[in-house]
Amino acid sequence: MAFTLCFVLFMVGLYGVLSKKNMVKIVMGLVIMNCAVNLFLIMLGYKKGGVAPILEKKTNLADFLARSVDPLPQALVLTSIVIGLGVLALTIGICIRLYEKYGTFDITEIRRLKG
Amino acid sequence: MELLIILLLVFMIIAALNALEGKDLLSSVVSLSAVGFGLSVAFLVMGAPDIAIVQVVVEILTLIILIRATIRHDLTTVAEGTEFFGLLVGVVLLFVVFLFGLEAVKALPPFGAPIMDAVASAPSRYYLEHGLKETGAANIVTSVILDYRAYDTLGEATVLFTAILGALAILRGRPLKKKKKG
Amino acid sequence: MDKSEKPVGMTLIVQTVTRWLKGPIILYGIYIVFTGHLSPGGGFAGGVIIACAFVLITLAFGAKFALGRVGKLLASELDSLGALMFVTIALLGYVGGSFFRNFIQMANPAPPFRIFSAGTILLSNVAIGLKVGASLFMIFIILAVIRVVEDKDGKMKMIQKKQGGDN
Repeated sequence: MAFTLCFVLFMVGLYGVLSKKNMVKIVMGLVIMNCAVNLFLIMLGYKKGGVAPILEKKTNLADFLARSVDPLPQALVLTSIVIGLGVLALTIGICIRLYEKYGTFDITEIRRLKG
Repeated sequence: MELLIILLLVFMIIAALNALEGKDLLSSVVSLSAVGFGLSVAFLVMGAPDIAIVQVVVEILTLIILIRATIRHDLTTVAEGTEFFGLLVGVVLLFVVFLFGLEAVKALPPFGAPIMDAVASAPSRYYLEHGLKETGAANIVTSVILDYRAYDTLGEATVLFTAILGALAILRGRPLKKKKKG
Repeated sequence: MDKSEKPVGMTLIVQTVTRWLKGPIILYGIYIVFTGHLSPGGGFAGGVIIACAFVLITLAFGAKFALGRVGKLLASELDSLGALMFVTIALLGYVGGSFFRNFIQMANPAPPFRIFSAGTILLSNVAIGLKVGASLFMIFIILAVIRVVEDKDGKMKMIQKKQGGDN
């Protein structure tokens, strides 16, 4: 159920990318897809009743090993979030540049003005 | 616990739909950041406080960048004229992807039982067991990203650098002119 | 706003609160960077928090004030310094045998749960914090504040973005 809803969130983002005409809306669709993928990776590593993978002084190692969630997806998602911000900056930069050249955010207008 | 995740996901889906369908661009941006903050809460309840911190702060920066990038320009709504053919193709494509995705979701392990537990030789078990002894870091996530899998972080730094260079090259004032000869 | 046609920054309330808060925010970011191996946080989170502090200063006091203090040149230098530091730490791993080897911890293992307990991880955290913080602040400057244009002499020059209105 949770995985299905996560996939639905991804599909909402994909719908935005496919059907919107405003360029900023398309970028928003990309951001939503990014969020959904990050959430999916974290959900893969979740353990029922799990604790964060951080040791404390009085933690028993065997107990910690049995209860901790998976640290590997967390490490991958940590870099992925920052990369997502870089990609957002790049796409917004493209949007601003196109706005300055054509004076509109509408991609159909831009397609018509090109020729 | 799963109920809480499902409620958060429903909230995020509604916020995402509102962000995509809203008429005003500014309210869309604010609604989009609701998705990000819901995501951060979901990370926190799923035992990932590291990522929750990063997600909150990155979401604030995303909001600032989107608002500063859009607020100076006209906030007039783009007329959403319906192209029938394009909409049809989009809906069919979405439907096909959704069907395939549902098949893929069926093959996943159930929620709350990670692959780490099913596979005996999973690398995550090694990291959890030997991470403190070998690297001295109590935070296993840090020991993974900066010691065991530091190549990943190196690649991330490269990608970030390239993204900045790309944004700087795109937002140059005028296109580079050719040098006049003589 | 009053008659002055170029309002610099935001109102007095925002500027005063920013003046009080900028120190604690940067201090919190540094704390997050330096205790990344003991508690949640690390270079990524701390770097973004420090970048947010500078973004706050830029928004509150106007671009000219902030860029006088931390210019784009300094941000780009810090960015490169972070990347260089990270690669240097990685190359120093050859002392212990291979790329990215935690050579300090291998040579003399320190007792855990201290701030100097994880060898190169602390140094790598500082490098990543510098890199990410400077990068994101530079992204903000590029997108929202300034434009880079080329002079007639062929020199690159940074100008303020025009207030409102296209072309």
